[in-house]
Amino acid sequence: MSEMVNLTVDGKAIQAAPGTLLINAAKQAGIEIPAFCYYDGLSLQAACRMCLVEVEKTPKLQVGCTLPVAEGMVVHTDSPTVRASRKGMLEFLLTNHPLDCPVCDKGGECELQDMTFRYGAGESRFLEEKVHVDEQQWSPVVYFDAPRCILCYRCVRVCNEGMGVNALGVINRGVNAEIAPNEYDHLNCDECGMCIDICPVGALTSGAYRYKTRPWEMEHVGTICTHCSNGCKTTLGVRGEQIVRGNNRDRSGINGEFLCVKGRYAFDFTHHADRLQSPMIRKNGRLEPVSWSEALALVAKKWREIVERGGRFGVIGSTRTTNEENFFLQKFARQVLGTNNIDHHRSGDIPTLLDALSGRTGALATTADLYNEKAVLVVASDLSQEQPFLAWQVRANVRHHGAHVYTATPGPVREDRTAVRSVRCEPGREIEAVESLGDALRAEPSLVVVFGDAIKGEALRRLVAFGDSLGIPVKYVALLDYSNSRGALDMGLLPDLGPGYHPVAAPGMTMAGMLADASLDALWVVGANPLSRTPLASPDAFVVVQDLFLTETAERASVVFPAASAYEKSGTVTNVCGEVQRLKPAVKIAGTKTDLEIVGLLAKELGAQLGVWLPDNVFEEIRATVRGYNVPLPVLATGGSAITAALNGRVKSAPGPELIQSARNTLFTSGSLGRYCRTLQSVLEAPGALYQGK
Amino acid sequence: MLYNEPNPLETKVLTRRFGIPNSADVATYVEHGGYQAFLKAAKMAPEKIVDEVKISNLRGRGGAGFPTGLKWSFVPRTSPKPKYIICNADESEPGTCKDRLLMEYDPHQLIEGMMIGGLAVDAHKGYIYIRGEYRYLITMMEKAIDDAYAAGWLGSNIQGTGFDFDCYVHTGAGAYECGEETALLDSIEGKRGVPRMKPPFPAVAGAWASPTLLNNVETFSAVPSIIRDGGAAFAALGTPKNGGTRLVCLSGHVNRPGVYEIPLGYPMLKFIEEFGGGVRGGKKLKAVIPGGSSCPVLLASECDIAMDYDTLAKAGSMLGSGGMVVIDEETCMVKAALRIMRFYAHESCGWCIPCREGTTWLRKMLQRVHNGQGIASDIPLIGELSKNMLGRTFCALGDAAAMPTISIVEKFREEFEAHLDGRPCPFEHKHEMALA
Amino acid sequence: MTFSPELEARFEKLLKIYPEGRQRSAVVPMLMYAQDEVGSVTRELVEEVARRCGVNPLQVDEVVGYYSMLHTKPLGKHHVQVCTNISCLLVGGEELYEHAKKTLGVGNKEVTADGLFSLEEVECMGACSWAPAIQVNYDFYHHVTPEKLDKLIQDLRKLQ
Ligand SMILES: Cc1cc2nc3c(=O)[nH]c(=O)nc-3n(C[C@H](O)[C@H](O)[C@H](O)COP(=O)(O)O)c2cc1C
Ligand code: SF4
Ligand code: FES
Repeated sequence: MSEMVNLTVDGKAIQAAPGTLLINAAKQAGIEIPAFCYYDGLSLQAACRMCLVEVEKTPKLQVGCTLPVAEGMVVHTDSPTVRASRKGMLEFLLTNHPLDCPVCDKGGECELQDMTFRYGAGESRFLEEKVHVDEQQWSPVVYFDAPRCILCYRCVRVCNEGMGVNALGVINRGVNAEIAPNEYDHLNCDECGMCIDICPVGALTSGAYRYKTRPWEMEHVGTICTHCSNGCKTTLGVRGEQIVRGNNRDRSGINGEFLCVKGRYAFDFTHHADRLQSPMIRKNGRLEPVSWSEALALVAKKWREIVERGGRFGVIGSTRTTNEENFFLQKFARQVLGTNNIDHHRSGDIPTLLDALSGRTGALATTADLYNEKAVLVVASDLSQEQPFLAWQVRANVRHHGAHVYTATPGPVREDRTAVRSVRCEPGREIEAVESLGDALRAEPSLVVVFGDAIKGEALRRLVAFGDSLGIPVKYVALLDYSNSRGALDMGLLPDLGPGYHPVAAPGMTMAGMLADASLDALWVVGANPLSRTPLASPDAFVVVQDLFLTETAERASVVFPAASAYEKSGTVTNVCGEVQRLKPAVKIAGTKTDLEIVGLLAKELGAQLGVWLPDNVFEEIRATVRGYNVPLPVLATGGSAITAALNGRVKSAPGPELIQSARNTLFTSGSLGRYCRTLQSVLEAPGALYQGK
Repeated sequence: MLYNEPNPLETKVLTRRFGIPNSADVATYVEHGGYQAFLKAAKMAPEKIVDEVKISNLRGRGGAGFPTGLKWSFVPRTSPKPKYIICNADESEPGTCKDRLLMEYDPHQLIEGMMIGGLAVDAHKGYIYIRGEYRYLITMMEKAIDDAYAAGWLGSNIQGTGFDFDCYVHTGAGAYECGEETALLDSIEGKRGVPRMKPPFPAVAGAWASPTLLNNVETFSAVPSIIRDGGAAFAALGTPKNGGTRLVCLSGHVNRPGVYEIPLGYPMLKFIEEFGGGVRGGKKLKAVIPGGSSCPVLLASECDIAMDYDTLAKAGSMLGSGGMVVIDEETCMVKAALRIMRFYAHESCGWCIPCREGTTWLRKMLQRVHNGQGIASDIPLIGELSKNMLGRTFCALGDAAAMPTISIVEKFREEFEAHLDGRPCPFEHKHEMALA
Repeated sequence: MTFSPELEARFEKLLKIYPEGRQRSAVVPMLMYAQDEVGSVTRELVEEVARRCGVNPLQVDEVVGYYSMLHTKPLGKHHVQVCTNISCLLVGGEELYEHAKKTLGVGNKEVTADGLFSLEEVECMGACSWAPAIQVNYDFYHHVTPEKLDKLIQDLRKLQ
């Protein structure tokens, strides 16, 4: 590290690393230089001129957002000239602005309002006619009101640089310059809404949130998105018992401000009219609403009978329920129902990966590693479509650190555009494609390999052996599907492995085995929908389902419990990179209970002693008993993520790779849940379209 | 036929071949000493070429007057990247029409100048960015380039010197801002002509992210003379730090408007009298825009000065692009300010707030004032808004709009006052009489 | 889209003169030359140029609206451009423009009913020392008076 630069800002002596921009150096010293166009992490524009400051010995005001600090620099950010300049800029900005704050969604959290309040003039001297343009709708979720736009180009940059989508540009010239969408009058894009979020004013607004509320009427609940395995933090804006918005403007959490279309808009399933709000029992062939006590009693009675006669149970857990719920579920299954017939929909071969990496530490990449390591190899995944946040990290890494990206995929992917090399391969021959990159990869200082479900079993071992052969530090991410796919594995929703991948004495049936077992007596499905793909072979099985909706599986049930979603509960989830984060309940849907509570009540009904079923208590038990989960609590309590220390020993795992199968969710699909997200349905353009390179 | 009669008092260096039949032909050019400077330069050490240009005291003729030799020395000759020569032939500053003549009558002089630039900075490709309106010049330049290839003055191993140089023409499409050097670079890369942040300067990272030597047509056209006759001879024509001659485009209310080549430091009033034949119709001189519409105007009483960069700067104005506009006593200065602001508002690229919003606001206000709908507070506001733009915009277009406006409101305040409160423009009837 | 062989030849050359991988540079010249042949910058042309230069249509749109010589609506066969900027203004450019409006019976950027003429008030075109000046398509006319303008328009009409 070269020496620090000394400068003076507003009489304060400060130090900054060489190359630091003045705006950031001042910020570190607690001095705000106002800015619209400057945005951390995006390219510099110097367009809004709000950041002009006085630097001694230079005749003109200097641009704080592009000026690197220099030794001995003396800066004034609050001199009369600077203040006059800011006031002048705001006055210019407001000339063609409609000043319609009372009806603008952004009112109350608008940077232009704040800036005018702090630095602007009280009255307007502009007597001329304003330039007017009508509002436009660019997609079901994106509206654009040009007169409000201050042309800071944040939206264009976040779309081009951040997302790699290039859906926004600037048309016309001078005072008529305007932001425009890529398809002439509408957008063809990821519909991520990053542009809306980053807009400092109300020029870009969201079709999902428009005119629903004023910002100050909402409560803001920071929780973890329930859709994919990346585990982005999303801040849900709640008004009454209604979630009206999702964003992450405070840039906290592993994802900073990033959210994809699902994290931002796909909360609307919570209030879907089809939500189950009462337990149901099949009577005369039809599911009828009943009381909780009646339903719980019936299940307890049936299960007790089956246990007593030594009948066969099958338990299928969820990839969206919390670690606590999964842990408690498997404990219940193993201890109360006495079965190891427990499984879930697996989308990545974590056990084999852990086993292949046994004996070494630091070989599992974190989400931060994808931003920091020198090279990234993407194997068998359309990362931008399937793993949006990881893809965002990789793009940022290329932009900020010049990372080298390699792709080895069956079809074109967005990552190709920044890749130094891309190889195409037949599906299933990815590993050969990877091996063809050997020479190039050997020259990299370090590497992160992210790989999809095609790499499992033997192929996975071959991948790790290949990584070993490179002679450079290599880290891995086995890509998974859902918000707690990783947690389901770690918590032992597996027939052969208990929590922390401890082998069980007598391995049970896999999910496929249970569904195919014609003599299964009872099937218990918690937050999953296996029967949408595979029929249940046993005609007489007593089926208990906990879910949000009447899915194909729930329709076959004898008893259905209405469950709460991730946005309605506490607990922890573990993302694709093994980072644990905490959920916070945003709303409560009448009539529902969390899966933990339902399992707890069933335990109570059966008189089982499984301990207190409050999330905190169960998590304590997890910390104490599950390898890698002894994470510091304060980090979680303050909304941070804790990395589960990866296992460092052999993992014995029998079931074949055919059990591992990604659901191939795209940006616009999210398993069964996706069907109940109206916003996702409205923006769906190419269902399941992977490998388009878009 | 030349556009205007040359004046016997001119010091013809760059224009010396103007008027010779077929002066644009390569044969004519060679016959009159053309391409000899290139051959001479090819034998010189590159640093020596740059030195010669430094000694000549040549300053950029595009508007800013930056010392050309110094600029050439900024290009990292030894950079492994390809280097490019770009000629700025966007000529769009109102009042300016000289580059046009240099390309029409002596295209090979320009090509030769660019080639010498190529020798100096180790560049092997040159692009001439010509404004779209000059389509006929694009055709002529293309022909000149083709002829030069045919005659062995472009291409590889030119005349056995071992030096390769290719030259191309690129058309603009109607945008004043593309004359600003970094906007020009974005434009030549196929983008909107929006200026770039500096640093990096074009000399280091210009066209296609490579080191780029960018000069005006007149600047490059001066180079062959400098190399042929020596920098000192060129410098001696002008005044200290203001070497050589320049082409002044005289327009407005004079008897003999035209483009004339004079040495730097020539007295302004004398120029207007001797070259322009004095103010048209025996009227009194009111004001002069000395170097294109972006320069602060000079009152008649301020015009008794020498025309060089430093003297004009001292007088509070600029030599700019050489577009001298003479304004007589019957001209409405509010209207002049309005027309100038209309131009800059129309041409603002829209990138930064103060220029985008400021020029349009001022245009609207000046229009209102000229229409007689102004109020007293408009007058100081015009000055204040201009000052809010001055020095605060991303590129110099904002300054270009602010500077003349500030000078006009300050120097002709009473004319603004005469327009207030519904009064008709006091010059309108005079103007009609003059036309009749 | 198909273009004349001459234009195709020009395009081919254009794509070669810029450094390798920098074919985007050809966007503006292509649009300019194609506009002369097609009559205006149509959506089809935008997409064609985008395809040929390897950019997306939005990147071409960004350019089209920026440059004042690129037109998305067809102009008249003879596009009469009258400069009213300062040097021309001082010597009658504005009167000339008013006169042109009357003679042609159209306003700024409008086309005559027969499609023969269109009119545009333009910014400085680099003819200041020979003002007032006009351009008809790409041809310059200097020291233009209302009478000379009328004569020119008559001559152009007769050309038909
Ligand atoms: C708004 C603006 C417009 C300009 N237009 C032109 C122009 O049309 N031609 C030109 O040569 N320089 C123009 N310039 C100056 C160029 O930026 C640049 O300084 C010049 O081309 C450098 O060449 P020189 O050193 O030979 O003068 C313009 C500058 C600004 C700020
Ligand atoms: S729409 Fe918003 S983010 Fe985009 S340029 Fe305008 S103000 Fe900036
Ligand atoms: S923040 Fe510096 S110019 Fe906008």
